[in-house]
Amino acid sequence: MIQENIQLDQHGRLKHMLTLEGLKRQMIIDILDTAESFTSVAGQTVKKVPLLRGKTIVNLFFEDSTRTLTTFELAAKRLSADVLKVNVRTSATSKGESLLDMLRNLEAMHCDMFVVRHAESGAAHFIASHVAPHICVINAGDGRHAHPTQALLDMFTIRKHKGEFAPLTVAIVGDIMHSRVARSQIHALTTLGVNEVRVVAPKSLIPTAVNTLGVHVYHDLEEGIRDADVVIMLRLQNERMQGASLPSEHEYFQRYGLIPEKMAAAKPDAIVMHPGPINRGVEMSSEVADGPQSVILEQVSNGIAVRMAVMSMVLGHSSQGATSQ
Amino acid sequence: MQPEYDVNMLITGMADDLQTKLNSLPKQELFMIGIHTGGVWVAQQLHQMLGLALPLGSLDISFYRDDFSRIGMNPQVKPSKLPAPAENKHIILVDDILHTGRTIRAAMNEIFDYGRPASILLAVLGERSGRELPIQADVVGTHIDLTSDQHVKLIGPDNLTLQISEL
Repeated sequence: MIQENIQLDQHGRLKHMLTLEGLKRQMIIDILDTAESFTSVAGQTVKKVPLLRGKTIVNLFFEDSTRTLTTFELAAKRLSADVLKVNVRTSATSKGESLLDMLRNLEAMHCDMFVVRHAESGAAHFIASHVAPHICVINAGDGRHAHPTQALLDMFTIRKHKGEFAPLTVAIVGDIMHSRVARSQIHALTTLGVNEVRVVAPKSLIPTAVNTLGVHVYHDLEEGIRDADVVIMLRLQNERMQGASLPSEHEYFQRYGLIPEKMAAAKPDAIVMHPGPINRGVEMSSEVADGPQSVILEQVSNGIAVRMAVMSMVLGHSSQGATSQ
Repeated sequence: MQPEYDVNMLITGMADDLQTKLNSLPKQELFMIGIHTGGVWVAQQLHQMLGLALPLGSLDISFYRDDFSRIGMNPQVKPSKLPAPAENKHIILVDDILHTGRTIRAAMNEIFDYGRPASILLAVLGERSGRELPIQADVVGTHIDLTSDQHVKLIGPDNLTLQISEL
């Protein structure tokens, strides 16, 4: 059983960022507000603030990533932290042991934060519960479990365009079953109190227990996005195509691919989002991906500000605790 | 018993002093920047009185503080807004109270990350003792005599009032 509460310190402040599940609404709002302030850094001639000078942040990526890794690295650098990337490939055997060994070594190098991506659900929790007390851990995606900073940057992007969350209908379309992004988005959207969260996918890509998350299930794309304010498309991972889950990419695009004609079912001012990387001609057509309603590239820019906010909040609290002891 | 401060009168006096100091400078190069929160309130009035051409800027120096590692992130941090480039401008930096000088140091560091200004001039509503850095104001609304266990704060944004309290 994964323990959720280890991400808060004894004062209820953020110590690690592992999942959005169980986080209070106000804390999510605080993160979005702090991120808002960091957006001005990108407009500076010197795109840097000295906040995390002298801190060392390790990107510990056990799984491939371009966007997430790059924006985490940029975020750390814009906060003036020192960043190093450890590109690790998990060996099938004695993983647990070698992982702990590696953590001890990185601790011995006086690192302050681990940003972790791992193919196994619960990996960031595991690391957070085994590191030295002064080290903060940020989950950059673990298995099917959670990708909290992605969901936060999505919330940030939605708020920028729509203002209030309460009146919104948000449709999440695609591989809900295997998506940590979808899970984190659903937690964030329900915590922020949107009017309705819908998931739209073929039966084989929707987990059976999805109803317990407070969402409505649709199997038809146009029905699912009808009058939606926000349409979030998920990446269809090629490796899933090999299994029995789906007939073919072509057939998937016929039924679930977002094209302008289908997009017309959503509200005229609806925005289209995608966590990237897009499979053009599978999840959506280029007309939609590059169209006026697409905010996909804004999501990338916003990711930097949101990650700066999360990093500075957890490290700020951590050093505060260290001094008071 | 502390004297009552007429903040509006103090700001009018500051505007007069600034006018004299700014006379020789090109008007389109004058860029006023207020420091959150009280400094922005004072700057809004000064900006109007002086009829400056460039829009008012505002700085939140939270990301440049030297005590981040002690007190952590301020959740009330506001975005800095510099509507003009700082490069080659004559900056009029405005704050409510000049105390240790650390806020001004942080603000100057932040301004330099937006460009290299031609000059920076500091205008403060109130100046008190307790400087910890070699920083002084060019224009001062009033000197406030306080002991080290007293605190002064500008209350606003309506009816700006200087409030003195015991720590």
